[in-house]
Amino acid sequence: METMNFLITGVGGQGTVLASDIMAAVGVAAGYDVKKSDILGLSVRGGGVIGHVRWGEKVYSPIVPEGKADFLLAFELLEGMRWLDQLRPTGKVLINQQRILPVVVSSGLAEYPSDERIDAAVAVATPAYYKVPAIDLALELGTSKVLNVVLLGALSGLLDVAPEIWEQVLTERVPKKHTQTNLKAFHAGRDWMKGQL
Amino acid sequence: MKKIMTGNEAIARGAYEYGVKVATGYPGTPSSEILENITQYKEIYSEWSTNEKVATEAAIGAAYAGRRAITTMKQVGMNVASDAFFFAVYTGMRAGLLIVAADDPGMFSSQNEQDNRHYARFAKMPMLEPGDSQEAKDFVGLGLELSEKWDVPVLLRTCMRVSHSASPVELGERNWDDEALPPKWVRNQEKYVCTAMWAKKKRPMIEERLVKLSELADTMPINRLEWGDRKLGIIASGPAYYYAREVFPNASFLKLGMTFPLAKGLVRELAAGVETLLVIEELDPFIEDQVKAMGIPCRGKDIFPAYGELLPADIEHYCAEAGLLPKEKVTVKREIAPKDLPGRSPVLCPGCPHRSTFYNLAKMKDLIIVSDIGCYNLGALAPFFATDFMGSMGAGFGVAHGFEIGDIKKTGQKVLGIVGDSTFFHNGVTPLLNVVHNGGNSTLMVLDNGTTAMTGHQDHPGLDKTLHGPGKRVDIANLARACGVEHVIKVNAFDVKGVEKAIKEGLAYEGPSFIVVEGPCFFVGQGSGPVYEVDTATCNGCTLCFRLGCPAIVQSDELDEKTGRPKAWIDPVLCVGCDMCAQICPRHAIGPVVTEAKPASGNGSKPCAGCGTAG
Ligand SMILES: Cc1ncc(C[n+]2csc(CCOP(=O)(O)OP(=O)(O)O)c2C)c(N)n1
Repeated sequence: METMNFLITGVGGQGTVLASDIMAAVGVAAGYDVKKSDILGLSVRGGGVIGHVRWGEKVYSPIVPEGKADFLLAFELLEGMRWLDQLRPTGKVLINQQRILPVVVSSGLAEYPSDERIDAAVAVATPAYYKVPAIDLALELGTSKVLNVVLLGALSGLLDVAPEIWEQVLTERVPKKHTQTNLKAFHAGRDWMKGQL
Repeated sequence: MKKIMTGNEAIARGAYEYGVKVATGYPGTPSSEILENITQYKEIYSEWSTNEKVATEAAIGAAYAGRRAITTMKQVGMNVASDAFFFAVYTGMRAGLLIVAADDPGMFSSQNEQDNRHYARFAKMPMLEPGDSQEAKDFVGLGLELSEKWDVPVLLRTCMRVSHSASPVELGERNWDDEALPPKWVRNQEKYVCTAMWAKKKRPMIEERLVKLSELADTMPINRLEWGDRKLGIIASGPAYYYAREVFPNASFLKLGMTFPLAKGLVRELAAGVETLLVIEELDPFIEDQVKAMGIPCRGKDIFPAYGELLPADIEHYCAEAGLLPKEKVTVKREIAPKDLPGRSPVLCPGCPHRSTFYNLAKMKDLIIVSDIGCYNLGALAPFFATDFMGSMGAGFGVAHGFEIGDIKKTGQKVLGIVGDSTFFHNGVTPLLNVVHNGGNSTLMVLDNGTTAMTGHQDHPGLDKTLHGPGKRVDIANLARACGVEHVIKVNAFDVKGVEKAIKEGLAYEGPSFIVVEGPCFFVGQGSGPVYEVDTATCNGCTLCFRLGCPAIVQSDELDEKTGRPKAWIDPVLCVGCDMCAQICPRHAIGPVVTEAKPASGNGSKPCAGCGTAG
């Protein structure tokens, strides 16, 4: 099989690193060779973050090759738009429909791209655009902290990995007292995606 | 059993499996998580030391005592540590010693880019370069073995893409007698007292050791020839090997696990067997220069830049330009994202105590602000732009004194030196002593947020806790007094006017003055206060509060009728109630929300501090 390439992007503090950890662990549990790379940078200070995850028979480099992402999983609209260049023409984009204003925007120095501009850019990149209402689904469960798991659930709906594997990895990776909420979050995302297909 | 681990987790695991008893370090991206992960292994004593030199000396002493030891640091940390490991190459130890230094090609979170491999050659110690997590773990064991066999510290050189990337690792057990006492120390002055007459005697041995290690390198399994197509032979190590494999799956390779001393026999063998020899390495031509010095022609930095990362896409690009790869093999990245998208650079967090200092400094004229490394370096960026310099840890004080003795005051400008609390203990005390002793006149300021924030909230001597538990706290103001400073002021960071007053007083004082701005980093402090809100009827869009650069304060859609400017709005999800905006609002339009409960947020009552650290 060809190596499968995932890019995970968002804003520091949104839980992207846990998401890429889970993606890597799911890949291993599903029997793939896996490598991943996160750029942690100054992310907690509200900077943009990007993580690479690769599943394959034999994976050499942990970096998704330029222009060869099969999936772009974005936790925030602007950050999703920023990484569109990396997508294969056959790639799929999942974006949490949430805006987090960078300080240059909130202080009036720059403008956040409009919905039309975002839609137009994604349309050039790929016809497969999933507008995941992940933040809303997470808040329905009482906390935006599970946003990352909702998004993973949505992504799982496009992948050929048994949900039990995801559930097992999630159970291993999240704090015990939050297991149930996270499993619900996973299925909320997964069900949403199933509804789209 | 296989487990997916980052390189840093794998190094910590290696320390556990291979019998390390003592681990020291000073935080610095991308190395910090090694020691943090080691704390889960109760068999290992670990500590954050005051700086990298202190950490290295402590690890050396532990290895003298007979305990396997490792010390960890980021790439520039090696500059600080270097005075210590040079002598250890002469003395050797009674147990293995591994110096782990994490390079940062591409400068993701460092003030300069440097290739620490030179230190191995410079200090004449062997060096291992892992390329993924399995190697990272294995090389810890191998390095400790080499260290003991050859009686020399070994450098384990990792880099951001090894430390922060993850791949599967086969786990092993710790087969170690943790109860055994170290062997009794026997005085051996010729070995351990590095006085010239004794140290000199070791010089020939140090050179001979390198020659023997170079011969050994040819037989080490971690240095291996992988024959493929004979047109192109590639020498690579670390992550560059994996990148190169991705681009040239069929070429012949010499994969080096030990890059110093060089496996010269293997290099000759590869060179003789291929048409073109290419060295693919990030940063300096470290291997390439050695190959060329052997009289073997090769390509390398004539194709690739000696800076930044060399990711697969870069290798493709430069090799295609050099005619080593057909142009049609290069992936063309599509250009879709508009070039004018707003950037998202890091900012001081909501509730950050550093904010008051830079809000005030941004207003001060004719002041040279000599700052330093830490979260407070964000004072250099929008909206403050309130620093003139940032270089290396401690330089905030050292260079401030230099401005003074360089007569800059005669131009009518004043000078303020700034360091963080961790930075103060790391390398700020000696420049302070220098100012006092030499009759200097500097105004020096410590931004004491009660943690080493930028690298992920590690402890330091100014705290009453260590990596393991309670610790003895050294008071910064008292330390400054003990250093001989007479004008020492403490001020509450959350008192915006008070900070301004303290700075002005300090600058006006004749003689050294010392200001401690105290206020905990939000991540180690008391948690959120009440959320604040803007009374839109009173706000007239003066925009002053935007100058705090608080991510929670944003422009609302509502324009003031008179000024036409947007009124402020406070995002209740982000606000933690630090009160600074309320203090500076000239119309008193900002205050705590009385009734409403804080909504559940992505950040919760405390933002997630789990991931993003740097510096
Ligand atoms: C020699 C060296 N070691 C480590 C680092 C990594 N580093 C950058 S800033 C920093 C410390 C910051 O702590 P502090 O001075 O308390 O400032 P804060 O981030 O808390 O504001 C460290 C350890 C470095 N840049 N140089």
